[in-house]
Amino acid sequence: MTTTTITLSDLNKLLENVLELKGVTIEGDIEIEFEGGGGGQELLQAVGYEIAQIAARLNNVAGMMGGPAGQVPYMQPMTLPSPIQSRIPQELIPASFDVDPVSEWKHGIEEVVLGATSSDGGTRKTTVTLGGEHALPFYFDAPMPNPNYVSIDVFDMPIGMARAVRMNYEDVLESPAEWAKKVVSKFGADMVTIHLISTDPSIKDTSASDAAKVVEDVLQAVDVPLIIGGSGNPDKDPEVLEKAAEAAEGERCLIASANLNMDYQRIAAAAKEYGHAILSWTQLEINAQKELNRKLMKQCGIERCDIVMDPTTAALGYGLDYAYSNIERIRLAGLIGDQELNFPMSSGTTNAWGARESWMAVSPLKEDSDWGPREYRGPIWEITTGLALALAGVDLFMMMHPTSVQVLKSVTDMLRGGDGGADAATDVSDWVGMMIEG
Amino acid sequence: MKINSPLQAYEYLPKTNCGDCGEPTCMAFASHLIDRSMKAEECPPLLGEEYNDNYNTLADLLAPEIREVVIGTGDHAITIGGDDVLYRHKLTFFNKTAFAYDVWDTMSEEELVKRVNDIQNYKKFYIGEFLTLDAVAIRCTSGDADQFAQTTAKVMETTELPLLLCSLDPEVLGAGLAVAADRKPLIYAATTENWRDVAELALTHNVPVALSAPNDPDALKSLALTFASAGITDLVLDPGTFPTDGLRDSFENFLKIRRAGIDGQTDIAYPLMAVPMTVWERSDGISAAYWESVLASIFTVRYGDIMIMHSIEPYSLLPELHIRDTVYTDPRKPVMVDAGVFEVGSPDRKSPVFITANFALTYYTVESDLASNDIDCYLGVVDTDGIGVEAAVAGGQLNAAKIKDMFDSAGFDVQEKTDHGAVILPGLAARLQGDVEDETGLTVMIGPPDSGQIPRWMESKWES
Repeated sequence: MTTTTITLSDLNKLLENVLELKGVTIEGDIEIEFEGGGGGQELLQAVGYEIAQIAARLNNVAGMMGGPAGQVPYMQPMTLPSPIQSRIPQELIPASFDVDPVSEWKHGIEEVVLGATSSDGGTRKTTVTLGGEHALPFYFDAPMPNPNYVSIDVFDMPIGMARAVRMNYEDVLESPAEWAKKVVSKFGADMVTIHLISTDPSIKDTSASDAAKVVEDVLQAVDVPLIIGGSGNPDKDPEVLEKAAEAAEGERCLIASANLNMDYQRIAAAAKEYGHAILSWTQLEINAQKELNRKLMKQCGIERCDIVMDPTTAALGYGLDYAYSNIERIRLAGLIGDQELNFPMSSGTTNAWGARESWMAVSPLKEDSDWGPREYRGPIWEITTGLALALAGVDLFMMMHPTSVQVLKSVTDMLRGGDGGADAATDVSDWVGMMIEG
Repeated sequence: MKINSPLQAYEYLPKTNCGDCGEPTCMAFASHLIDRSMKAEECPPLLGEEYNDNYNTLADLLAPEIREVVIGTGDHAITIGGDDVLYRHKLTFFNKTAFAYDVWDTMSEEELVKRVNDIQNYKKFYIGEFLTLDAVAIRCTSGDADQFAQTTAKVMETTELPLLLCSLDPEVLGAGLAVAADRKPLIYAATTENWRDVAELALTHNVPVALSAPNDPDALKSLALTFASAGITDLVLDPGTFPTDGLRDSFENFLKIRRAGIDGQTDIAYPLMAVPMTVWERSDGISAAYWESVLASIFTVRYGDIMIMHSIEPYSLLPELHIRDTVYTDPRKPVMVDAGVFEVGSPDRKSPVFITANFALTYYTVESDLASNDIDCYLGVVDTDGIGVEAAVAGGQLNAAKIKDMFDSAGFDVQEKTDHGAVILPGLAARLQGDVEDETGLTVMIGPPDSGQIPRWMESKWES
């Protein structure tokens, strides 16, 4: 006679078969071994279930063989936990979740007001307040007091631009004043940036006083705050911006921009004298940004409430990683108390249109999958570039495509807790099973 | 990671400087452990019996704060999670966000196969490699377990990409797992309703599981604790992605959960899932696609480790892939390439001489445009301090003197090496033309603003 070693569940299974097979005889001794040396409440419970069910089945076998039956209640198999089920708790373990606010963010970002209304000696109908944060953008650690603002670019002469952008401005390219009106009334610009690019000696070499006249025209045409930009020529810009600042005296414009490689003192002096704020522009270099801000304050006597920074925007796919981290580092430094970096920031988001993905008809690389229609690629490129920098710390965006402006304003509003213009609350509970048309 | 200096890691190493790991010293190896460019198991002696305790301790100390979870098997398997910092400049982010795109079980077989192929074949060249998509999320829209299993089988037959099986019905998930468990799919999702059955599936099939508690972090943590107590730790947390009015709450949940995880709340230190495709519940067409990319961008920047999207239009995929690359590019890698004159293809005396900046991104873009279009030429790379062409012209890092320097230092005399004696400036540096002519005495031509246009420019402007 052989001895068979079986486990409880083997036995149970065996007996289950017995119920179905008539005339089976059980021969030999049955030895029961418990697997695993441990125990614990769950294992004991499982063994208990197993034995109870064996008992019920033996009872049935006994009944079939004519013995006394009916004394052991049969347990439904449903109540039998498998070894796996027995590992799973019966109830959810209760929990509450929380996390502390960042304690190092003790210092606020400066607030800078742009635009002056009649009560402040200007002629603007609206003003824009930038900065004032005590946390990273949209973080719960502290309220974000001011929204993100968008200034739309206007140029003092027709320039080359991506087709998707150009089609919005065909009718106003020749008139900066009309162009400015359009971006405010049609495209929702909070501000207008007038770029005096024709002053560049290698472009048209327009005189500083002609440029100042354009600024006056634009001030007449719209009543939002203005950003006044030069051509980017470091030799000519100081003179141009000085004249422009004078022409816009008292309007609290943002003068764009002061840079370390030019006569920034002259530009700063003009901003100060005529009551404007100044854009402190550096190229992806946090230490240069500190240096320029320090010089503007210490050397040129610019007030803290008159400085906005442009740490440079590189397009998505073309250095946005550097621009993003540079801006995030600057904002974090400001929040923990670096007094040379805690100023609002501006982004030349229009740079996104330099990325070939935003404007080129097809990929220049034959290995690529189809790039699809460019009129849809461009605006999302500008949106994504701006949005990444909004998350890093940019307060003010200089942009060009109306759709990009609208989406960026809407999403940043939602991130601040607004409805972003959405009409109704969205039920997302059944995205798994939803049918999508088209 | 519980330690942050090479000395702390060094303590647990054999200190023999045997070199078996490929590093000259144990200290050098230790610094690679700390910057996470090498792993403890790459030290062969440490794997021996005698160092068993050291190895285990060190592995624990070096484990990332956010647990790593693997989805799929073989070459296509994806690892998500694994981060140690909240800001990429503090180290780098590890394991780029995995992008899954959906299919559903009420598609016709033909549509299904086409869509799966579109997902797995998509590619975009970028700095020497292809950006691609990672996974297929199969949604049960039929409510029918058999149909879901059939669709899953068809997807598996079509692709080796990792799978996400999506249904809140355990019976449906079970049917999917019956055919796909060996592929180690992520099952979506356990909720406060179905959690016991889903936990059983995860344990039975040994697959990772997503926990879903829309805008309820307490419940999410409760689920995570419960699953962990059952021995299930390959978890992905879905705090809910509300596309519009609830966006601020969703954003806040991601921030809080990741901050807690990095700060040592291990109960909730798992990879996070965002579902940008929820936006298709409220709109459609281009508007939904745009908004979906917007959500994908937000949660790629802020802590999404895996996400599910719907639109596979190029205008969706291109920005999504590039923002992911932006966030996950290692900020420790060099910004610049060496200056000098490089040959592309096999240039001869009639080949053009292009000039560009030494910003790595610029260089690789120009170089691949030239090579991909079979243009034999010389490429003069100027030391612009790693700044791109347009910005370097504006900032003075790219000027005539620097261009002359570059040719002089490389010992490349354009007059001598070519018949034409001309160089081609990038279109964005056109304003330097006169200066460069004066400085070098060479003929200076103006190329297109974007190197992708060079092939067409060659046809119209380059005669030789």
